[in-house]
Amino acid sequence: MSTFPADLRYTHDHEWVRPQGKVWRVGITQFAVDQLGDITLVDLPKEGDEVTKGQRFGTIESVKSVSDLYAPVSGKVVAINAQLKDSPEDVNGEPYGKGWMLDLEPNDSAELEELMRADAYSKHVASQ
Amino acid sequence: MTTTLRRTPLWDVHKRLGAKLIDFGGWDMPVSYPAGTIKEHKAVREALGLFDVSHMGECYLRGPRAREVAARLATNAVETAPVGKAVYTLLCRPSGGVVDDCIFYKKSDDEFFVVVNASNTAKDLDWFREHASTTCDVVDVSDQTALIAVQGPKAVGVVDTLGGGTLAELPSFSFVDANVAGVACMAARTGYTGEDGFELACSPADAPTLWNALMEAALPLGGLPIGLGARDTLRLEAKLPLYGNDLDDDHTPLEAGLGWAVKLDREFLGAPALRAQKARGLERQLVGFTIDEGARAIARHGYAVVDGGEIVGTVTSGGPGIMVGGAIGLAYVPSRLAAPGTKLTIDCRGKGAAATVVSGKFYKRAKS
Repeated sequence: MSTFPADLRYTHDHEWVRPQGKVWRVGITQFAVDQLGDITLVDLPKEGDEVTKGQRFGTIESVKSVSDLYAPVSGKVVAINAQLKDSPEDVNGEPYGKGWMLDLEPNDSAELEELMRADAYSKHVASQ
Repeated sequence: MTTTLRRTPLWDVHKRLGAKLIDFGGWDMPVSYPAGTIKEHKAVREALGLFDVSHMGECYLRGPRAREVAARLATNAVETAPVGKAVYTLLCRPSGGVVDDCIFYKKSDDEFFVVVNASNTAKDLDWFREHASTTCDVVDVSDQTALIAVQGPKAVGVVDTLGGGTLAELPSFSFVDANVAGVACMAARTGYTGEDGFELACSPADAPTLWNALMEAALPLGGLPIGLGARDTLRLEAKLPLYGNDLDDDHTPLEAGLGWAVKLDREFLGAPALRAQKARGLERQLVGFTIDEGARAIARHGYAVVDGGEIVGTVTSGGPGIMVGGAIGLAYVPSRLAAPGTKLTIDCRGKGAAATVVSGKFYKRAKS
């Protein structure tokens, strides 16, 4: 059973958000990574694109399957992790570090409070 | 609803190795071990891997007329094979559609050992019984047979050493009764990875002993246990078809590019339909394709091949090309789109991905 970093917020779809000032970083959790297995391709939006909370912003392909990535909050993409194009395995290796996906400028910072904290997310995962 | 998944004799071993288990056609099977599918795949290409394929079905066709029954059921010339040879063949319906693909091991003119796909075992046994009826005995030994595949460039050395030093001489697609690590087994120079290696059939009680001895010999050489995930990526890279994906009741072996395993100068179930299809020419064919580099997509089973806004074909298998890079796959397409170099468009979840038809295996091992 993995533990989840306390400084992050989480969605039911297994994305995480790290609020760092005006820009929030987004990735997927260790639980998602364990479910997916070896990741081979991450398709992300472009810088400047708008994403909408709960809507698909990209796809992630593992050896066996393809999954949608859902925006945890609404906002504007200010950076993407371009390294993932050549090293998608970073998501497996460091889902909270080198395997990050997007930096977003949130439209509404209050949306953070709608996301789960680590303890609630742990319970959510345990129920899966 | 709870269903009880079936376990192979090596289930405890997989648990101990930390395997991730999934329901595969009613069997609780390892999809990957802690190394993960990509490392497992590379281990088989570069060293060796061990596969538990005990879920596969096995039976004997036995009796004075077994040869006649085998000849009637198999598209390939299993009946004229020398004793000790293993022959890949299709089983066809009168329509030419494929019931299953399997290997016939000729033990004598009176006895063929047949290994069939796990998901088709019940169907195949019914098929054999229906067509053998009183002519020969169909003996299901699936529950009495464990099967371990050892595959990769270092596989033959390991099996040969544990087998007393005579197995390396066994030619491809041949088999022999052997003693490997003290376990009585049937050793066949066959596999489903595109690599050299063996498939070892033994009693379920002996399977853990055999597996552990093989694993102990394999680990220092870079060997790994291999799950179904890598089994699928390996066979796809070697362009080996998978029943239920690339082969089914609605496609013929000729359409699947398996004409080499169909000997039409014989009489067998499906032969008239296949001869007629050959004379008419194929309307559709199974082709290999690679996704063009810029497309950033992986085609999967069931995705549509589109041409001029219309769906013209279907992807039957697809995934990342682990040794060859990019994304690879197989698809049924109209014959006009089947020539190597033809550009295809594949609908990858609403995104049109450019792909190119390629001939031959995606990955071919270096000649040893």
